[in-house]
Amino acid sequence: MDPIISFKDFSFQYRQQKSPTLKNITLNVYPGEKILITGPSGCGKSTIVHCINGLIPSSFEGTITGDLTVDGVKPKDEGVFGMSKKVGTVLQDTDGQFIGLTVAEDLAFALENDAVEQDEMKERVDKVADIVDMKHFLHHSPSELSGGQKQRVSMGGVLVDDVKILLFDEPLANLDPATGKKTIELIDRICHDEHVTVIIVEHRLEDVLWRDVDRIVVMEDGQIKADEDPDHLLCTDVLQKTGVREPLYVTAIKHAGAVIDPGDKPQHIETMNIAPYREKVRSWFESTKPKVRENSNENALEVKNLTFSYDGVEDVLSNVSFAVKRGEMLSIVGKNGAGKSTLSGLICGFNKPTSGQILLDGKDISPLTIKQRGEKIGLVMQSPNQMISKPMISEEVGLGLAVRGVEPDKIKEAVNDTLKICGLYPMRNWPVSALSFGQKKRVCIASILAMKPKILILDEPTAGQDFRHYTEIMEFLKKLNREMGLTILMITHDMHLMLEYTDRALVLCEGHLLADDTPARILTNDELSEKACLKKTSLYDLAMKCGIDSPSEFVDRFIAFENERKEA
Amino acid sequence: MDKKKSKFGIREVVATGIGTALFVVLTEVQIPIGIPNTALQPRMAVLAFLSAVFGPLVGAIIGLLGHALGDALFYGSVWWSWVFPEAIVGIAIGACAKKLKVRAGGFGRKEAVLFNVVQIVSNAVAWILVAPVLDILVYAEPANKVFLQGVFAWLGNILIIAILGTLLLLAYSKIAGKSSSLEMED
Amino acid sequence: MAATRMLSYVEKDTFVHHLSGLTKLIFFLAWCITSAMTYDTRILLVMIAVSLVLFVISKTQWKQIAGVFKFILLMMIINVIAIFLLSPYQGCEIYHSKTVLAPFFAGHDITAEELFYLFNVVIKYFTVAPSIFIFLVTTNPSEFASSMNLIGVPYTVSYAISIALRYIPDVQDDYHRIKNAQEARGIEMNAANAKLSERIRRTSAIIFPLLFSTMEEIDVVSNAMELRGFGKKKKRTWYARKKLTKADYISIAATLAFMVFALWFTYRDGSRFYNPFA
Repeated sequence: MDPIISFKDFSFQYRQQKSPTLKNITLNVYPGEKILITGPSGCGKSTIVHCINGLIPSSFEGTITGDLTVDGVKPKDEGVFGMSKKVGTVLQDTDGQFIGLTVAEDLAFALENDAVEQDEMKERVDKVADIVDMKHFLHHSPSELSGGQKQRVSMGGVLVDDVKILLFDEPLANLDPATGKKTIELIDRICHDEHVTVIIVEHRLEDVLWRDVDRIVVMEDGQIKADEDPDHLLCTDVLQKTGVREPLYVTAIKHAGAVIDPGDKPQHIETMNIAPYREKVRSWFESTKPKVRENSNENALEVKNLTFSYDGVEDVLSNVSFAVKRGEMLSIVGKNGAGKSTLSGLICGFNKPTSGQILLDGKDISPLTIKQRGEKIGLVMQSPNQMISKPMISEEVGLGLAVRGVEPDKIKEAVNDTLKICGLYPMRNWPVSALSFGQKKRVCIASILAMKPKILILDEPTAGQDFRHYTEIMEFLKKLNREMGLTILMITHDMHLMLEYTDRALVLCEGHLLADDTPARILTNDELSEKACLKKTSLYDLAMKCGIDSPSEFVDRFIAFENERKEA
Repeated sequence: MDKKKSKFGIREVVATGIGTALFVVLTEVQIPIGIPNTALQPRMAVLAFLSAVFGPLVGAIIGLLGHALGDALFYGSVWWSWVFPEAIVGIAIGACAKKLKVRAGGFGRKEAVLFNVVQIVSNAVAWILVAPVLDILVYAEPANKVFLQGVFAWLGNILIIAILGTLLLLAYSKIAGKSSSLEMED
Repeated sequence: MAATRMLSYVEKDTFVHHLSGLTKLIFFLAWCITSAMTYDTRILLVMIAVSLVLFVISKTQWKQIAGVFKFILLMMIINVIAIFLLSPYQGCEIYHSKTVLAPFFAGHDITAEELFYLFNVVIKYFTVAPSIFIFLVTTNPSEFASSMNLIGVPYTVSYAISIALRYIPDVQDDYHRIKNAQEARGIEMNAANAKLSERIRRTSAIIFPLLFSTMEEIDVVSNAMELRGFGKKKKRTWYARKKLTKADYISIAATLAFMVFALWFTYRDGSRFYNPFA
């Protein structure tokens, strides 16, 4: 069979960059295959997607050498419009891709542009709405949909054109774990039922492997480091070397000193043959130390019977109570719309609770304004671009102090101190635009820290970040927590973050506090995970299959072991 | 066809659409200056910015559509004699988009002067000439009243565009044309 | 969460709702043009009466429009006072007579002509407002773009309107989110005692991030639209276009006929004003 996509000695260099982003790529994809392309940020994996759909070189200019053929044609000759009949691209930003005013119009968008008659259009929209399971939402506007639903509309919007190839650019980046699982299931179903070739670009490997993929292509620095089936790839050390996180159960087995054999099918923990590794994992479990970390500080923040409703009819939060000790690192989890952001909004004073109390250091903060609360509780938003309002780094970090009328000398001193803590001091005179995403995030955190808050609330601190940047941001937060005794609350979808970096997690579900427990215990609880749309960790399955009675203890020890190695 | 396409391509369509949305949302944001019923309108600075970046057609349509839609949605009425002048400002600033070099990162002192000269003159034409004349023609309002109104509108608009508009352009130009000569300092 | 004061489409099962967007757009434009051209009191009163009937037929509820109605009323009162103070005899010039009803203060006698003129200013203004209400409250926004396209606006420009409507709620959410976060940092927009320059600085702290994330959004959306073939053909079809029915044709014909009649009636004596004082 001839490949449907074929890169031959292909290189690409963006016009404004000094070196090529893709270097001598040779890759064949065959019809009906499902391929995962993975690698750290900047490795060139998204560039590959844009080469196939024709955005390169028409929208992103640059020089191409070598050869690329997609379904018999060359994208650079066909242009974006020519390729759109063959290739459908689902972008990472589901809001940006949702162009229509309603689901039906968005599904019809490509047909409208093709001047398809209305009757035929309606028929085809109905059909594709059925495929992506959005039939009952045809007249909904995007603001009435969840992230997962918007993504299904995006898929439908490209499938409506009977494309042969589907490209997914980081489909899991903005989804909660349970929705991510459903997305992977849907991609799998479409791949089989509609006979399309699928390429998924994603660094969240374990989540993609929830369903079979034919091959995994690992990229680093513009080159292909590996191109193998998952079972073989997981037995190598390519992933660790390139900075892609391998599935946790694989890491755990490797920590136990075992060498995995591809014949045991390590692609899915559910079906993997564990027998050869059971003893090693068990003895490793018994030999590791349990994690001890106690916090007997006083309560920094206390929330008592908090209830909130926008319209007076439906409670967005109902009767939520919890306490946070000084110096704790805590995560708030739950699916979109569970009330996480509402909770942080109430703490910061953006909305007034319908009933209940919030205490800071034992004192009721209801009389305090947003600004007054901001001096004690700092909020860092998800996207740094939504916070940064000054072109220069030192100005941005000093802004909070400047508007409070602090003297310029004192501002400078405080800014420099903060910049040193955040590792930004050498760049203090740079424009913010010269920074990477992770650095911008640090600028945002620095601009809050300059006001010396006691509590830091972060909304999705690592969303969309690869493993390297994730680690960079989280280790930085951990440092702040340990060295400055800062209390940190994080709203997150990332189960790894919750396990690795927080001592305790609050699980919200439809406005109720479902659980307040250690992450390990929460993520090894089947019922709870299901209800709150979390994803049970694969370490739980591994522990069960190895006959370990206390899976949460196993998870705790695994995390402790990993942290020790990181610190060593 | 091709020539026309390059003037109002996809990016321009999107810039017009989202720019209009931004203009409409900012209708709510007013900076009071102490005179009753008069306030600085930051949305004017955004219109000037988008015109300077995307050119006259985008500027004109955002002006027309944004003003009409913003007034309609928030105030339930459209004062047409004040909608059309908005387009004049957009067109005039947009016409110098190339010279302002915002996206190329070349918006400096010279360009800022040009930008402000153009905005002051075009605002004068729009608010001291066109809007009052339309008010007289359409609504038969007294001349002294509408010209007085026009002068106030002109002053408010040139002030907010001169400060906020210039700042926005300077900052964006810095971002768009990435500087490469940065060094770490101790 | 979006601002509650804004007018928005409400789905209902009425004659007006069933009309196509095109019909309502033509009505809206005809109404605006006629109202701009005429100053004939009788025509203006008929237009207001028709608008009121349409309100009833379209089952528009008072609470849907109360907020903006009160705002317009306030604006009109201020406007009327301003005109009277600055130009107390504008009416006399228009109607070429001066009937003093009562002296008020120096140079500001209350005349019948001025009162009648101000009455006309108010009703002229109120003829436009209902057509906007009806257009916005009874037309599905999905139909806006296709209707504009039908009356001859290029589809690229028409689609920009659709995009604007699509992104207004998103931009509004972003705006509130950014405003809250900046307020927590201490940048209060509504601080009562701040100097003007300080207020502009604070406003810029919200507009900067909002505008720059908008610029990024423009790039993403442009690419997404190009990938799905926007602009590849000279023509475009519309999923949400309503087919014109008999009721539409009759309504359009009636609207246009009224416009022609109104303009003829207004200008037949060479003046756009109805002059009861002559």
